[in-house]
Amino acid sequence: MGEEGLALEYNTTELMACVASRVLENGKSVFVGTGLPIIATMLAQRLHAPELLIVFEAGGLGPKLPTIPISVGDSRTFYKGVMAASMDYVMGMAQQGLVDYGFLGAAQIDKYGNLNTTVIGDYGSPKVRLPGSGGANDVGSLCTRTIILMRHDRLRFMNKLDFLTTPGYLTGPGAREAAGLPADTGPYRVITQLGVMGFDEETREMSLLSVHPGVTPEQVQENTSFKLHVGGEVAVTEPPSPEELRLLREEIDPAGIVIGR
Amino acid sequence: MRVLEEGRGELYGWMHPDDARRWMMENKPRGLVDKRMNMSEAVAKFTRDGDYFAMGGFGHIRFSMAGIYEMIRQGRKGLCMAAKTGVHDVDVLVASGVVDRVECAYAFGHELRGLSPAGRRRVESGQVKVVGEISNAGFQWRFKAAAMGLPWMPARVMLGTDTLRHSSSKVAEDPWTWLPITLLPACYPDFVFIHVHRCDRYGNCQIDGTTIEDVDLARAAKRLIVTTEKLIDEEEVRAHPDRTVIPHVSVDAVVEVPYGSHPGNMPGLYYSDEEHMAEWLRLSRSDEGVEEYLDRYVRGVKEFSEYVELVGGEEKMEYLRRLEHLEVPLDAPWARRG
Repeated sequence: MGEEGLALEYNTTELMACVASRVLENGKSVFVGTGLPIIATMLAQRLHAPELLIVFEAGGLGPKLPTIPISVGDSRTFYKGVMAASMDYVMGMAQQGLVDYGFLGAAQIDKYGNLNTTVIGDYGSPKVRLPGSGGANDVGSLCTRTIILMRHDRLRFMNKLDFLTTPGYLTGPGAREAAGLPADTGPYRVITQLGVMGFDEETREMSLLSVHPGVTPEQVQENTSFKLHVGGEVAVTEPPSPEELRLLREEIDPAGIVIGR
Repeated sequence: MRVLEEGRGELYGWMHPDDARRWMMENKPRGLVDKRMNMSEAVAKFTRDGDYFAMGGFGHIRFSMAGIYEMIRQGRKGLCMAAKTGVHDVDVLVASGVVDRVECAYAFGHELRGLSPAGRRRVESGQVKVVGEISNAGFQWRFKAAAMGLPWMPARVMLGTDTLRHSSSKVAEDPWTWLPITLLPACYPDFVFIHVHRCDRYGNCQIDGTTIEDVDLARAAKRLIVTTEKLIDEEEVRAHPDRTVIPHVSVDAVVEVPYGSHPGNMPGLYYSDEEHMAEWLRLSRSDEGVEEYLDRYVRGVKEFSEYVELVGGEEKMEYLRRLEHLEVPLDAPWARRG
């Protein structure tokens, strides 16, 4: 057995970046936020999706990301881009249907993929004040498919959010459309340190698609306050390849700012 | 038009379009007026305690740190900030007591650097009040409504969420599709600071890179203070009129402040100073630390050029220029582990 056959060591952040990057398709567009989404996008751009149209909320359009931006508005976000536009321009693009994917993070998520990034605890006297919507509500409202990256535990995967910042499927099938949100949009994948979730076509409830190597479906359920749908065999996530890890560690985040090595 | 839902956030910055027209007619200069002044004059003249205001740029990108420091030096208080994408700007203004209310799209966070210790401490202790929630596109299009002289702008954001319920927007039945649609109220901030790469003495401005929300924000501002890296001749403006993104008609004051966006990024000129940001994030963990920072960098200096010397002068600025042009690797002290 050659060197490729040996188990590679990687951390869960690296795994999440790889899994997220593989969702992105060449020739599509993606709205990108700070941190892990940028890492995943840079990986996709360097591997299978060189023509991925990267969109940043401050107006960066189609950059060749040279290094991790600290801000989704800094000069890296339009480095060798096709346009340095405005927030008005890119949000308008998303509202027109030109942005296929959007990344989101959250402190809390419910079974319909609704997200909280505003407060933990009571709104009037919060235990923790989080930054609020920022562009998240816009991404969750207007992008065709959203990909949610977050930590997985019972306090975060919960039945009742403290605050609904960004819409998932709201109260279930048909609720987004009834609220006036664009048709055929909504959460597509939830990627955590334990596995990959999707949303059931009929009920719009979260379902388990794959578990990461060494994780069982039972463990994923134990870390989730609501019941996860499990339809048939649950796959095991493909671990990071040597090339993915090399790019992440040597080219994309050599200082380990996001992947933390 | 049937109103389906009304957000319960407080309404700031809205004006009847006829009142706004009257204000613009009476206050905005159509002729060429030399608006150059120094920072302390501009802040004294165009900012008032209790005002509702916004900062151009993107929280720590092409923003007017020079204007922020001067408001602190002049002891402005009781201000309400439109935190469109508030990052380092809102953090320092909240920590220094200038701002006690925030309308929040994004605040209390420092993007990749993590959460803002000072901003969070003030809001969680109740010293700072959040008067309403909104999304980034929501703010952008509130300014757009004002820029167009309209009472509101329709948009398909915030629908079905607590963000809408805690905003100052309404949801109505759209008379074309019969679907619910968000109506964002026009927003005319009392004053706005925008930092630009170049402008002439009348306020005709050029910006390199993304304009973020500033094209609409400049037109929405009741008073607009432009701070600029460099003053240029009118002839240079007229040689390239396509480069003007804010014309003089929107501008009330022009202040030349080289490095005025430090410690933030100024696209093409200098990257953010992560050493300085790390110092702020460390000191602002306590109220005493905030005072120490303000005494050293704000109250302890008379004007911005003195501050630039204090943070490392030309040598530091040359390093930040090289960092901007990817000639040296990024060193982020806040990201070091162990």
